[in-house]
Amino acid sequence: MLETAIILAKIWGVLLTLVTLAAIMTWVERKQSAVMQDRLGANRADVFGLRIIGLFQPMADGIKMFFKEDFVPPKGDKFLHTLAPIVAFFPAVVIFAVVPFGDVLRIGTLEIPLQVARLNIGYLFILAFGGLTIYGTVLAGWSSNNKYSLLGGLRAAAQMISYEVCVGLSLVGLIMVFGTLQLDLMVKQQGELIFGFLPAWGIFYQPLGFLLFFPAVIAETKRVPFDLPEGESEIIGYYTEYSGLRFGLFYFAEFIEIIVMSALFSTLFFGGYQVPYLYADGFVFPWGGSWNLPHLVVVLLQLGSFFIKIAFFCWLQVLIRWTLPRFRYDQLMRLCWTGILPLAVLNILITGGILLLIKG
Amino acid sequence: MEAIFFIILSVVAIFSGLMVILKKNPISSILFLILALFTTAALYVMLAAPFIAAVQIIVYAGAIMVLFLFVIMLLNLNRIDEGRSTVLKTLGVIVAGTMLVVAAVVLRSVAIPADSAFLRGVGEDYGTVETFGRSMFTTYLLPFEIASFLLLAAIIGAVVLAKKKLD
Repeated sequence: MLETAIILAKIWGVLLTLVTLAAIMTWVERKQSAVMQDRLGANRADVFGLRIIGLFQPMADGIKMFFKEDFVPPKGDKFLHTLAPIVAFFPAVVIFAVVPFGDVLRIGTLEIPLQVARLNIGYLFILAFGGLTIYGTVLAGWSSNNKYSLLGGLRAAAQMISYEVCVGLSLVGLIMVFGTLQLDLMVKQQGELIFGFLPAWGIFYQPLGFLLFFPAVIAETKRVPFDLPEGESEIIGYYTEYSGLRFGLFYFAEFIEIIVMSALFSTLFFGGYQVPYLYADGFVFPWGGSWNLPHLVVVLLQLGSFFIKIAFFCWLQVLIRWTLPRFRYDQLMRLCWTGILPLAVLNILITGGILLLIKG
Repeated sequence: MEAIFFIILSVVAIFSGLMVILKKNPISSILFLILALFTTAALYVMLAAPFIAAVQIIVYAGAIMVLFLFVIMLLNLNRIDEGRSTVLKTLGVIVAGTMLVVAAVVLRSVAIPADSAFLRGVGEDYGTVETFGRSMFTTYLLPFEIASFLLLAAIIGAVVLAKKKLD
């Protein structure tokens, strides 16, 4: 009974945190783009004159979407038109289930692993559900019965299936280094030190792997510079025929994807919840000296470190989105098949060779 | 609990399998096929084979079905022609019926060895990526290598075909 309650609490906690963060992200994107373009940005929404730098904007957006006309194209497929945003939303949230957001929380004799699901297949689970996001886009494009939507859906299918290969292959090196697919075990290993002072984060083992994984994942989220399926200035894209909350779900899924991908970058390459030199009983510095901390403080520090890393990568993704122009279609495909893919294979070969030399 | 999940999943799997062949619209057929693959993957998870389940979703539901959908959307095949010849239909029924009979006979004659995992129950690490990989590269090395050669041949074939069209 208690175990079920804990699992449910974790599921709801993660879900609510994700949704809240996504709502804040919609504001962050507007505000950050405004700052980058020397504007003031979304700062008008207020409650009784209280503005708190525009943080009420997500609520105003939500209310607006609730009251917009819910339009279904009369000649399209009504059922699939409704299903598509749900299909786009679901995998983005589910992926977070295997991401550990902290080590073990001890309350008395109770040990709670701070992760929704400890799966042996870990990263494969992410790949499996990440691959399903395509359907949301493709079905939206097809069921709208609109040429531009269909074009967007087709572009999305071609783009995402190409970059899925890159996402899978660019991470093989990291899996070889850690010898596991389980994300919590990967993060545990990243708590150790290389040469006695450098935290053993994935980026130090696999710098090339990260450089390949990062653009491939951003391409999977279909944001600028990889936003050809949407292509606001040419075809408007797969959600041309969506309005109200159905569109809102697509919009929201995109921001949840940003957060989940940031969580993945930090979990796989930047030590996840690990703080450098922080162990289960406190800090032990490589230059000597230690600082004992109670268990709860350690857990909170780990959670904080994880959130700071996520915030950093969210910021970086928004920065990239508002800096680069859109790729041309041939450039997009060339980057994947002749740029990232051969380098990913090379990375696997080099990693394998080095591991063979070290471990024999 | 397990029985309930098994029944739900199998009913959905069989129903969607039937809908794949009964639906007139190819897009719905594909979507039901995806559902069938998905529920089969869930059944694999229940059989303590999470790796197979993940691969099933990645390869079939995530990649191959997307290409199916892509091609059908590109060709805009909204409706399959009704006027199929009756010869083809009868031939199809005969072939499928024979397959069913053969499969039934073979499956009936399979004896379950007394020391099989099916009767013994399985250990904690059964079906994990580690055990799966180990048996693939030791016991089943030859079939694995042969399968990879087949895939390599298929890849080279695809490149050759595509190149001829480009030149």
